[in-house]
Amino acid sequence: MNIVVCVKQVPDTWAERKLRPGDATLDRESVDGLINELDEYAIEEALQLKEKHEGEVTVLTMGPAKATESIRKALSMGADKAVHLLDDALAGSDVLQTSYALAQVLGQIGFDLVVVGAESTDARMGSMAAMLAERLGVPQLSLASKVEIDGSSVTIHRQSEDGFWKVAGQLPAVISVVEKINEPRYPSFKGIMAAKKKPMQVMSCVDAGIDPSLVGLANASTEVVDFAERPPRQAGTIVKDEGDGGSKAAEFLVAQKFI
Amino acid sequence: MAEVLVLVEHSGGDVKKVTGELLTMARQFGEPAAVWVGNGAADGQPRLAEYGAAKVYVADGADYTGYVTGPEADVLAALVEQTSPVAVLVASTGQNKEVAGRLAIKTDSGMLCDAVGLVSADGRLVAEQSVFGGSTIVHSAVRTGTPIVTVRPNSVAAEPAPAAAELHRLDLTVSEAAKGARVTEKIVQETGERPELAEAAIVVSGGRGVGSADGFEVIEKLADSLGAAVGASRAVTDAGWYPHKFQVGQTGTTVSPQLYLAVGISGAIQHRAGMQTSKTIIAVNKDPEAPIFELADFGVVGDLFQVVPQLMEDIQKRSGN
Ligand SMILES: Cc1cc2nc3c(=O)[nH]c(=O)nc-3n(C[C@H](O)[C@H](O)[C@H](O)COP(=O)(O)OP(=O)(O)OC[C@H]3O[C@@H](n4cnc5c(N)ncnc54)[C@H](O)[C@@H]3O)c2cc1C
Ligand SMILES: Nc1ncnc2c1ncn2[C@@H]1O[C@H](COP(=O)(O)O)[C@@H](O)[C@H]1O
Repeated sequence: MNIVVCVKQVPDTWAERKLRPGDATLDRESVDGLINELDEYAIEEALQLKEKHEGEVTVLTMGPAKATESIRKALSMGADKAVHLLDDALAGSDVLQTSYALAQVLGQIGFDLVVVGAESTDARMGSMAAMLAERLGVPQLSLASKVEIDGSSVTIHRQSEDGFWKVAGQLPAVISVVEKINEPRYPSFKGIMAAKKKPMQVMSCVDAGIDPSLVGLANASTEVVDFAERPPRQAGTIVKDEGDGGSKAAEFLVAQKFI
Repeated sequence: MAEVLVLVEHSGGDVKKVTGELLTMARQFGEPAAVWVGNGAADGQPRLAEYGAAKVYVADGADYTGYVTGPEADVLAALVEQTSPVAVLVASTGQNKEVAGRLAIKTDSGMLCDAVGLVSADGRLVAEQSVFGGSTIVHSAVRTGTPIVTVRPNSVAAEPAPAAAELHRLDLTVSEAAKGARVTEKIVQETGERPELAEAAIVVSGGRGVGSADGFEVIEKLADSLGAAVGASRAVTDAGWYPHKFQVGQTGTTVSPQLYLAVGISGAIQHRAGMQTSKTIIAVNKDPEAPIFELADFGVVGDLFQVVPQLMEDIQKRSGN
């Protein structure tokens, strides 16, 4: 089975994340990048599926040169090879454009199963699996907390608002994973060494058949009108419980008219 | 007047609170038209009328209940084509963000996720979003097609404004492409009498500090004394002390209630991502250094098993019995 995992490099959520005043894009240079948390679960799931059903795991990342750090980490976890979609024309692409670009690459490299994270910590759009499924014309098996493959049939448990759904579809398909699905492995020393020798293909827009006039900030389908850092929350009142902490909280609720 | 399409959230014929909010929001920009995908529209119709839906477009039958997001996107795309609406509003849920994504591709439109407000400025719709765990407020607009907006529950207060809510049954067939992912079973975990987490005005959440599944009962009791929904941190759902559907945070439900009480929760970034836009936050934690206190409007440093029972007692006294 040919499994492709889409991995996004995101700024560390503990670092201060800011939009750049000029073009309101995320300042990705000034903060440390790491693999989007849920994408580690996506990689883990791909590796487990490969271990069960054989095949190959390819990491696909669209991002600046710096994103090779994340690709290396994915390879050191055990992925077999990587494709890095790297082109200045892609800078500032929104989620629709990113889904277009990734779908073009997926069309080129081929796949039986695409695995993505349910959402990223920076964009939090939560619709990549749906968008890729729509563009590629394959089943959307998203928000999976469990995946089973039997021949060409895939069944998942889909996390829903009120419980979960059992959902079935046929390969080729796109799945997205939630963090309940597994526990990502740490790269071993051997894995880290092996990663250095694994193939990494760099693709440009031209290579992938991506029309540059459809991607990038200038052609985005949405725009930021303005933005502002929220004034830090007014420091609250913190009291130490001296046997009256509950009553003090109740007084606060009364003052705020909650009770 | 041009229409604003609102995708109805419903279950078993009941219309969810957030739909009233979206219809209230829609009214400012055009004629609200509800879109009902699935069965039970006749049961929900009075509710939609109460909140100002001029029309209700209905797509029902087996094809509309058995597949994941494809049918909803197909119906909305057909309506966008037919009616050229001002905007399409859907409640911001995991499922609907996916519907919005597919719709955006089908209609070549921009999509704005997780709006907490919507205004009209210079002749276009501008959405307010709260990003990076609430640290930045962004106003954004679409540049192509019809604005497709996913709106967080509790962004506005639902206000009744009676209208006809005339039912229009749509004569559509769901495309084969939309039927790729078939739902074979829906497993519903009961919420009981409590309000729904995403929609509740008050949420009481418990974390690892409750110590055990039995300890979590104190959270339920506090929630009931306030008529609140119950939430939990991932530590709690991971340990199996409470079902996952109650998880608040990045990979659980995002809540934005009037009041959020975090009890025995440290305030990890992934938890904060799901509750940071709550209007008022109260924290109870025995560790004065817990990051949750950075967000709290009111915090009590102390043992939750001392603080919470006293709080409940006072709430009961004050609520007049
Ligand atoms: C990919 C990913 C996604 C995640 N998604 C989510 C998510 O959606 N939601 C989420 O919540 N987490 C999520 N997490 C987990 C998150 O990082 C934290 O581990 C989790 O939120 C911690 O839960 P907690 O605050 O209950 O536990 P802890 O961090 O262990 O905190 C327990 C707190 O209870 C206090 N305490 C203990 N005993 C008492 C007492 N008797 N009285 C008062 N206070 C007491 C302690 O001082 C401590 O501050 C995610 C993590 C990852 C990696
Ligand atoms: N630039 C990218 N390169 C590769 N994968 C991506 C990229 N952006 C998003 N993804 C995938 O889409 C998922 C959802 O991301 P998002 O749409 O940003 O919430 C991520 O978890 C990744 O699997």
